[in-house]
Amino acid sequence: MLQIYCPYCQELREEEEFSPSGEAHIARPRDPESLSDEQWGDYLFFRKNPRGLHREMWHHSAGCRRYFNVERDTVSYVIARSYPIGEDPAGAMVEGHDHE
Amino acid sequence: MPTRSRNRYSALSLLKHGLSHHENWQRAWRNPTPKQSYDVVIVGGGGHGLATAYYLAKVHGITNVAVVEKGYLGGGNTGRNTTIIRSNYLWDEAAHLYELSMKLWEGLTQELNFNVMFSQRGVMNLGHTLQDMRDIERRVNANRLNGIDGEVLSTAEIQTKIPLLNCSPDSRYPILGASWQPRGGTARHDAVAWGYARGADALGVDLIQQTEVTGIRRQNGVAVGVETNRGFIGAARIGCVTAGNSGVLAGMAGLRLPLESHPLQALVSEPLKPCLDTVVMSNAVHGYVSQSDKGDLVIGAGIDRYNGYGQRGSLHVVEHTLQAICELFPAFSRVRMNRQWGGIVDTCPDACPIISATSVPGLYFNCGWGTGGFKATPGSGFVFADTLAKGKLHSLAAPFTVDRFHSGALIDEHGAAGVAH
Amino acid sequence: MSDSQRRLPAGGRLDRKQKVSFTFDGRPMWGLAGDTLASALLANGVETVARSFKYGRRRGIVGHGSEEPNAIVQLGSGAATVPNLKATQVELYEGLEARSVSGWPNLDVDVIALLGVFARFLPPGFYYKTFMAPARLWMTYEHFIRKAAGLGRAPQNPDPDRYDKINRHCDVLVIGGGPAGLAAAREATRQGSRVILVDEQSEMGGSLLSLGGSEADAAQLQWRDQTLAELEASVDVLLLPRSTAFGYYDHNFVGILERLEDHRGLTSPGRPRQRLHRVRARQIIMATGAQERPLVFANNDLPGVMLASSVRTYINRYAVIPGQRLALCTTNDNAYQLALDWQEAGCDIAVIADTRPEAEGVLPRLARERGIDVRTGTAIIEASGRKCVSGALLAPIHAGGKSLTGPATPVECDLIATSGGWSPVVHLSSHTGIRPIWDDEAIGFVPGPHADGPVAVGSAQGIYCPLACVEQARTEGAAAALRAGQGAGESSSPSPDIIAALEEPAQALFLVPHTKTTSRAPSQFVDFQLDVTAAAIELAAREGYESVEHVKRYTALGFGTDQGKLGNINGVAILADTLNQSIADTGTTMFRPAYTPVTFGAMAGGEVGDLFDPERYTAMHRWHSEQGAAWENVGQWKRPWYFPVAGESMEEAVQRECLAVRNSVGILDASTLGKIDIQGPDAAEFLTRVYTNSYLKLAPGKCRYGLMLHEDGMIFDDGVTACLGESHYLMHTTTGGAAGVLGWLELWRQTEWPELQVYFTSVTDHWATATLSGPNARKVLARVCHDVDLSDEAFAFMDWNSATVAGVPARIFRISFTGELSFEVNVPANFGRHVWERLMEAGKEFNITPYGTEAMHVLRAEKGFIIVGQDTDGSMTPDDMGMDWIVGKNKSFSFLGKRSLERSDTRRTNRKQLVGLRTVEPNEVLPEGAQIVNTPDQAVPMAMQGHVTSSYFSPSLGRSIALAVVKGGRNRLGEKVFCPLADGRNVAAVICQTVFYDPDGERQHV
Repeated sequence: MLQIYCPYCQELREEEEFSPSGEAHIARPRDPESLSDEQWGDYLFFRKNPRGLHREMWHHSAGCRRYFNVERDTVSYVIARSYPIGEDPAGAMVEGHDHE
Repeated sequence: MPTRSRNRYSALSLLKHGLSHHENWQRAWRNPTPKQSYDVVIVGGGGHGLATAYYLAKVHGITNVAVVEKGYLGGGNTGRNTTIIRSNYLWDEAAHLYELSMKLWEGLTQELNFNVMFSQRGVMNLGHTLQDMRDIERRVNANRLNGIDGEVLSTAEIQTKIPLLNCSPDSRYPILGASWQPRGGTARHDAVAWGYARGADALGVDLIQQTEVTGIRRQNGVAVGVETNRGFIGAARIGCVTAGNSGVLAGMAGLRLPLESHPLQALVSEPLKPCLDTVVMSNAVHGYVSQSDKGDLVIGAGIDRYNGYGQRGSLHVVEHTLQAICELFPAFSRVRMNRQWGGIVDTCPDACPIISATSVPGLYFNCGWGTGGFKATPGSGFVFADTLAKGKLHSLAAPFTVDRFHSGALIDEHGAAGVAH
Repeated sequence: MSDSQRRLPAGGRLDRKQKVSFTFDGRPMWGLAGDTLASALLANGVETVARSFKYGRRRGIVGHGSEEPNAIVQLGSGAATVPNLKATQVELYEGLEARSVSGWPNLDVDVIALLGVFARFLPPGFYYKTFMAPARLWMTYEHFIRKAAGLGRAPQNPDPDRYDKINRHCDVLVIGGGPAGLAAAREATRQGSRVILVDEQSEMGGSLLSLGGSEADAAQLQWRDQTLAELEASVDVLLLPRSTAFGYYDHNFVGILERLEDHRGLTSPGRPRQRLHRVRARQIIMATGAQERPLVFANNDLPGVMLASSVRTYINRYAVIPGQRLALCTTNDNAYQLALDWQEAGCDIAVIADTRPEAEGVLPRLARERGIDVRTGTAIIEASGRKCVSGALLAPIHAGGKSLTGPATPVECDLIATSGGWSPVVHLSSHTGIRPIWDDEAIGFVPGPHADGPVAVGSAQGIYCPLACVEQARTEGAAAALRAGQGAGESSSPSPDIIAALEEPAQALFLVPHTKTTSRAPSQFVDFQLDVTAAAIELAAREGYESVEHVKRYTALGFGTDQGKLGNINGVAILADTLNQSIADTGTTMFRPAYTPVTFGAMAGGEVGDLFDPERYTAMHRWHSEQGAAWENVGQWKRPWYFPVAGESMEEAVQRECLAVRNSVGILDASTLGKIDIQGPDAAEFLTRVYTNSYLKLAPGKCRYGLMLHEDGMIFDDGVTACLGESHYLMHTTTGGAAGVLGWLELWRQTEWPELQVYFTSVTDHWATATLSGPNARKVLARVCHDVDLSDEAFAFMDWNSATVAGVPARIFRISFTGELSFEVNVPANFGRHVWERLMEAGKEFNITPYGTEAMHVLRAEKGFIIVGQDTDGSMTPDDMGMDWIVGKNKSFSFLGKRSLERSDTRRTNRKQLVGLRTVEPNEVLPEGAQIVNTPDQAVPMAMQGHVTSSYFSPSLGRSIALAVVKGGRNRLGEKVFCPLADGRNVAAVICQTVFYDPDGERQHV
């Protein structure tokens, strides 16, 4: 069972308080009507699914009810960091890890 | 008969080899050095990959085939699932594919001369709500009209078949009925991989273990072979059948797939004397269970909803599953869990597989089987072999191309599970 | 042999005053308080405790703990019976009843054993090679295979006991209460850490509890007592004896099963039987010890062949002598301690066969000094005896351990103890996927490196010298405390007062050679429980099953309930030797939880039965119950399904309820509908983005129905939203969808549109809702509501008003799911029953009739209103449902799901569309879920056109009605279709409009 740091509550809490919510940083296209079916399908269904560091969204569903992002290794399950929505989207993928 | 007769298995061969202290059994498969190139290279030596190789050789006479496996044969989900076999899928496209599989299962032991212990002890899906029952009726009717066996059972009929099941109307989610597929059941998972491996090998297929594909070489945009940690292996056609690792393989060819890999956990109890004759599944109470020939209760837990390649998941998922099992079978409360483990399931948004050519000519994928992979093994191999042999999708595979995620023509077995109202 | 001869006159950690009687296979016996079932069986001279799984061979007790492969018993009978317990782990209690789980008709005469002569024809995997012909007989063969397999029996009745769970957090969790664990725990405690120390045995001490009476042993026991006393005295320490850490999970999470009551009796009325501790630890120290390996030689499964350390444990801890004349075979110095203790106990030693070319360590010399016949370069190659050991064959063995160098000679003995060295217990530390690594010096696998995980101490790390164990454990205890944020990392304890004999290196020997080849020698067992022999492993490799995982799966090595604790390493080594490769290259199989089996009930905890899932009740629940309502589960809610009056069938009740609504007035408890309070200046904009239609112009006091789509364009919820005031809305969701919808709204607000000022609160439970529906609804309401003009002119359809109803402030929504004049009266939940009862009184004159979900479904189907989740299934668009009218095509913002409606597949004209069906025979009610075909005269697979989603007998229309989805259905009105049913009938029906009743909607506008 994972232990996840909620950047809003600023506490490590048990996985049971959270719901995973899929890959992070998928922006909704600004003008969906201008997209081809292929582009729209990519947005809807195609995900990175990496073996290794992965940025994913979690919902503190039995806590503060906020969504936030987590950078987690999908093999070791080690969490490199948690960060609020909208923060550091480009620079987040870092080597190494530290919960604190 | 796929295997060389001198190596044929039978009670007589056991007797003969017993007299010579089993010193003369032949290898079930060779351990070949990879050739420079093959007509077809199959990446992934699980059940699906091995079945594909077998049918390529057997049905299409294409024997210059290699199966490249990074670990050992059948070491992925083939050997980590709960071995349930059924074909009672709702949508026509899925039903036809799984029913082809079911028919192949029904003769597989004899086809392979390897006892895969396909045990048609019936699969029961319990309904706990009125909507469950509507969905069950709908599915059983669709199955019937598709030529797939199925019936709806009353609570009393269920109780007769499974005396230990809690059919009390006072339980939290009383059992209102069930669907029943008598031809469904279980098989010995490892035997399926080994049987296909032995059959393919006997027909000349090279099974290359402990060899990891590290790249897919393209020339002028066309796939020409695979890079491995033992060097390049050329191939006219490449079929990737790597389940949870399909996304990684696709990435090597610059492709993306609508897949996510999740841990799917399972567990077994200690061995018990026979106490459960059928496979019992409950979506509403979230558990499924059967009893293996060894006597273990084999129990499937839910999918961990985060992405994971770790072949393990979180304890609370297993706790919830055992709550469901104790709720369904209060007498199993004192039985003990012997072992738990996880597989990696590659799930598509619509819970149906992808069998598809790609934008890279010569490169094909067969993946995304989610939790339905084991039961599909023979059918999946059959249609994928046909596809690789002819360079054109088998008609049963046609609805399962990756294009459906752009057109919207999903085959939504997820959605069909219904939404609570 | 009598008990008195087996039980030593003194010693042991037993209460000699307390005799405990028990039965084994029905035979009455007695033991002493402090015994395990195994020690008591040995004390009673029981030699055969099981018949083996495949060959029916006699088996005796081999070990003394969780490694025991043979002594598997069924405890008790009836609902509380427990299958498959290891006798070595069952503490004896008065009246205990144990039965062996094998042997038929009994242990002494076993039918399977008669088949033993065929054993040579049953190599590993024989079942893959036979039972294939004729194919139709497989299920018969399988029937007998299943009967022969399995160990104990599952209870046949519900568990009489209960279980509980507790979540814990600590700084340092120490797993294993042996010398290393005690030392580490004490050190961490002294550094200020909050410590949990867990051990599977009844008391802390681990291997120290097996020590004898020598001076060195006494000193170690004293150290144990002092250390334990210090831990017991600390408020920061939680000691958990009789508790097994069975699984190590991600992020330092450990599952621990505590057996609270099992040592007292079969059941524990009034108290939880077992407890699951769910421990999140900052730091974990694995002090899980090491497991002695048995030597693999011919007939090594005869009763009377035991582990050296186990024999020593039985002598010293339980004061039981499991034989009279001992032959010891060892690869190491350590096992000599047994010989010394054995001699101390006054028994004979036939020989010590030491497989090493020489043995000049302290202990071997001491043994020689005491006159024991120590023969180096010698091994026991075969045990002999019919029912149990009566002798052994000794032979000189080559220094490399691979061959014999001379002829075998017999020796008489009735007990063979063996020690093949020690294997660190690495199970837990590899549960998260870290593979253990082979250590040549330790001759065992040691835990692989963990980045952030546990550290292993003592013999779990391959450090076998007690002194070094304790030293290392202290250091690691301090280091773990430091990492957890306590202390300075410096170990504070004084050097322990432990004297330990220095030991010379052990020999790596995993298969004792025989005069015959492995394939021809008498069986040399590697895994006792599953009857896996050395020959089986060689054969598997010969057949190409070369991966260690293949061997495990082909032979079943390690699949037993002992998880291969005794056999795995020997098996891996034999495989490595067969393949002529190193053990390191061969690797080991992955260990999975559970370290020892865990009771299902304990994993389930209290959340079974009534507590399996919370039941949600509305404020009027008790009233419904008093009326004898039949219930429907909807999500977690209990909703009245129908209200039968005396002697009424469901059908009759539903008809009566429906007609009451159509002809006078009915009342429905609609409290379970999800309610989300939405506020903020951007609320209307937000709603317009998440619904298909627009809310920008919805004025206060008005209501609007909306459809919610996922981004794939498929309907997933619907409901009415009311504008409560400027920037204030109340959204209704489906009963089951409420939580999902709230999460969905929050998702978009927080992640995509943080700039929108809008806030959501679930208020489902805040309100109780009584829906009055029917032509007399207004009259009823008017009797208890006087401050609002209820006339159609003042209070129109799709309006809402604040009002006082029965003296309670209320919101009244004039919306309708029945097509009749309807008022949904919402009051604070605490007033729910009061208002409900007042409405019932007010409606008496009109014969107001409570109706349930079934009547509601019939009434809405008569009107063609969909139920999301029944008429839709996650693959239905608004257009499929004929609800294109609600899709705002010109909204400036591309609402969620809109783009998906324009994909090539969603634009198809032959999609399944919602239509009505009228059966040709009006009394024939189609089953919901029936499939629809154009003509029944076709072969399977038939071309299915769609299916029936809702179907009822309509009492108002006096005929059956149905809703269905049919391919291109809206263009097929008037066409006849067929539903082929399971009973062989083909029911004909005609496609029609979806609205069966009051198609112009006049009745709700009165």
